Amino acid sequence: MKLEDFREKQIAGAASDEELHEALEREFQVIGRRLRRTDGLAKSSGRAIFTDDISLPGMLHAKILRSPHPHARILGIDVSKALELDGVHAIVTGSDVPETYGILPWARDEYALCIDKVRYVGDGVAAVAAVDEESANEALDLIEVEYEVLPYFLDAEEALAHPEMPIHEPKKPDANGNISKHVRLEFGEVDKLLEDSEVIAEAEYYFEGTTHTAIEPHCAIGWFDTSGKLTVWSTTQVPHYLHRELARVLDLDVAKVRVIQPPIGGAFGGKSEPFDLEFCVAKLAMITGRPVKILYTREEVFYAHRGRHPMLMRYRTGADKNGRIQAVDASTILDGGGYESFGLVTTYYSGQLITAPYTMESYRFDSTRVYTNKPCSGPKRGHGSVQPRFAIEVQLDRLAEALDIDPIELRRRNLLGSDTRTVNEFLVRSNGFLECLGAVEHASDWKDKYRQLPYGRGVGVAGSCYISGTNYPIYPNEMPQSAVQLQVDRSGRVAVFCGASEIGQGSDSMLAYIVSEELGVPLDYVRILAADTDFTPVDLGAYSSRITLMCGNACIDAAGKIKKLVKQAVADGWDCKPKQVALAGGWAFDVKDTGRKMPISEAFNLAEAKFGTLGATGSYNTPKDIHGDYRGGTIGSSPAYSFTAHVAEVEVDRDTGFVDVRKIWIGHDCGRALNPVLVEGQMEGSAYMGFAEAVMEQHIFKETGLHNAPSLLDYKIPTSLDTPELESLIVESVDPEGPYGAKEAGEGPLHPSIPAIANAIYDAVGVRIDRLPFTPPRVWMALQLRADREKAGALAPWKRESGRTPLPAAGD
Amino acid sequence: MASLDRPGELLIEAIRLTVNGDTHDLGVPSHYTLLEALRYVLGLTGPKQGCDKGDCGACTVLLDGVPTLSCILPVQEAIGKEVTTIEGLAAPDAPHALQDAFDLTGGAQCGFCTSGILMSAAALLAANRSPTRLEIREALAGNLCRCTGYTKIYEAIELAAAALREERMPAELKGS
Ligand code: FES
Ligand code: FES
Repeated sequence: MKLEDFREKQIAGAASDEELHEALEREFQVIGRRLRRTDGLAKSSGRAIFTDDISLPGMLHAKILRSPHPHARILGIDVSKALELDGVHAIVTGSDVPETYGILPWARDEYALCIDKVRYVGDGVAAVAAVDEESANEALDLIEVEYEVLPYFLDAEEALAHPEMPIHEPKKPDANGNISKHVRLEFGEVDKLLEDSEVIAEAEYYFEGTTHTAIEPHCAIGWFDTSGKLTVWSTTQVPHYLHRELARVLDLDVAKVRVIQPPIGGAFGGKSEPFDLEFCVAKLAMITGRPVKILYTREEVFYAHRGRHPMLMRYRTGADKNGRIQAVDASTILDGGGYESFGLVTTYYSGQLITAPYTMESYRFDSTRVYTNKPCSGPKRGHGSVQPRFAIEVQLDRLAEALDIDPIELRRRNLLGSDTRTVNEFLVRSNGFLECLGAVEHASDWKDKYRQLPYGRGVGVAGSCYISGTNYPIYPNEMPQSAVQLQVDRSGRVAVFCGASEIGQGSDSMLAYIVSEELGVPLDYVRILAADTDFTPVDLGAYSSRITLMCGNACIDAAGKIKKLVKQAVADGWDCKPKQVALAGGWAFDVKDTGRKMPISEAFNLAEAKFGTLGATGSYNTPKDIHGDYRGGTIGSSPAYSFTAHVAEVEVDRDTGFVDVRKIWIGHDCGRALNPVLVEGQMEGSAYMGFAEAVMEQHIFKETGLHNAPSLLDYKIPTSLDTPELESLIVESVDPEGPYGAKEAGEGPLHPSIPAIANAIYDAVGVRIDRLPFTPPRVWMALQLRADREKAGALAPWKRESGRTPLPAAGD
Repeated sequence: MASLDRPGELLIEAIRLTVNGDTHDLGVPSHYTLLEALRYVLGLTGPKQGCDKGDCGACTVLLDGVPTLSCILPVQEAIGKEVTTIEGLAAPDAPHALQDAFDLTGGAQCGFCTSGILMSAAALLAANRSPTRLEIREALAGNLCRCTGYTKIYEAIELAAAALREERMPAELKGS
């Protein structure tokens, strides 16, 4: 095709005059519209290439030998027999990679393969690279490991009580080696205000551990080429941190390490730190000179884990007679499993992140993260705060009942509001929580349902707040948290280079929408190259819901620079002011006379002729001066906070205790929905995941330390038939810090699911289930206990006229 | 038969497989599943391996039109049958209505479950052009999705069904 034909084609695809007039009326051209994703068709046609889809010439396959003991000293490893096996190319053990790693620079406590001790069933001790998986597996059987078995703890409170049997060497001589982190913070006079409270709710909650179960298992490929450069393809959601850790642990020049993150088949926090497989493929590739791949089996994924911490939470919450929260006193034990992971951050988050969306006069939390001989807990969607959110929102339901106030009304009376600070001094700017509450109250017909539905059916409400990224990066530095580089072609095509990780949430698409909005190019003229450390400027990764806000701002910054040049060049040609030129719909046009226009490619060419090759970088860094002035005040400090409210409707079968969640209404304040389709997708996926944790998921272990159910059949996650109806109600508060006002939507909307369901169960049948998950045996037992008390006259029958016997007794 | 526990002595079988309309004569290790033959021998990486034990549905393909978990199907069972993978769903000139609809509604987030889900949905729509929500939910009950909460997937399938009934593409249907 000749260049002129391209021009014709481009004009044919560009906006009509009418559309340009309309465009002039609208605030945004692309932002806020229900558009397709940039990667949607590639995914729906099976063409997207995920890590395990990559096969390199001469590639070897590796497997990791894992500990059968929950806690043991390694006395010796003999790999000689395994090395003799046909097809085996190399074997590495801990001493081959003797440098510790860890996502937090001040808490590195893991080895690529264990050296001195194993700390959970599944801890890696050796890795074999062979011509195929079968040979590698066979070689694992021939490796002889001599262990000295040690006493072990599967229960956090027990580990805490036995410092004489430490899982890790104590950090200080007198310290308890089973404590990973302890935080105690107090804001205001908690004890006094509790004493003065009209009512106090006091309860103990237990959150069973859960795990991410992304459908794609972890996979990595390492390749060490003859120039001495290491390339690792990985299913990581933090390529930049992996890049740094690989270089440090393997003692390589960072510039000679390249990390590429292909599309990821789900992550949810489960791929947000380096794992043993990445170090193993890299080391084995360095030894063999061949590409090496490791694909975790599904069972290995359950052990690699890093899912949600089990938490035991004791709460005392006091309110005055009007329902205003006077004091919250929280004491929490986190079961960290065998290693540190993000543990320090999780420990803070377990307390720091529940201080909104409500005002509270005073607040104290005391959180202790404990090591146990189980796979390491870490961050899962809603890191560290989903558990305490369950506790506090049920506490509020208890207070509302004690004071006979509608629970939505109680939440309204404690509104935090916008442009204010929380009790722990976080700066909250936009806040759409009131609108979220109103949206779910209205959509669910709350007023006609709460305490009005017949016995067995009920509704519950809960609210929450979450961060849009953290103001401080994981390793202290002053550089931008996110950066974008744009390159403009003479055809009008714009390439976006960005370190951001597309993990299904739509970050590639978000970048394309912004470029299309700012530069007026059609969406299919934008190409995204993301998460390749050789070519993309640094973004810190897909965690803490930071990408839309941070990369989005970086992208606006970069595009703005090009836009300025293009408008200037066109304005010079038309002899008008640059602000009279608009870029939209594939055109540069005159806002005063939309008949005067040129294809956007011509405008780019004019600018290139005038200013030289068109390209720009943009970056974003977080505000650093807004956090609380106390130790730990930086953790949980975010540029913007999102808000959510849910109403859940349930039906409880009194004979079986089965909880059928019928529907969840999700009101979420995402600042501005850059594409409502994607925002709704995040809201629905989040609410689904919370629902799953509420009624099904249990990441638990047998007495031997073996995982109870390391398969997708036995570890229950919801199918299409289990999942309730989900209705998304987007609230837009337009945040001053977010790109076009946008905040996060990927994690916040998970938080209220669990307490909303718990509160709905109470409304349905009058029992509080304070332990997760709400399984039929647990609910049934609670119904029995209530029935006994009703029979004894200690309680009135729930939601029924007295005199009628409720009798949810056995055989009823 | 050669022993299976020594890889060097694996039994290789010559088999004829018909996949997406193409007939292939292949040598495959006799313990291979259909998924392994598709991914490792034919290079068809559309079907995914999420669990390799029949629990997740990411590996779903059509076997004579019937949704089948290829990760637990011995490859020999596919001999003499028509195998259709996600790569064979669409005509060469345009996406299948389901693919287009998934793209429009955001039915694929990470996309890892998507090829399996589309095969189950395609079999449903081949048999029933006007499925109810419940029929869709039942048809997908063997395919786990961890990203979407399924809602946008149902919307996509309903949109595609309407498009197929009216012999139009979803994009036209939506006027976008
Ligand atoms: S890979 Fe076949 S069902 Fe999971
Ligand atoms: S889209 Fe990710 S698992 Fe379904």
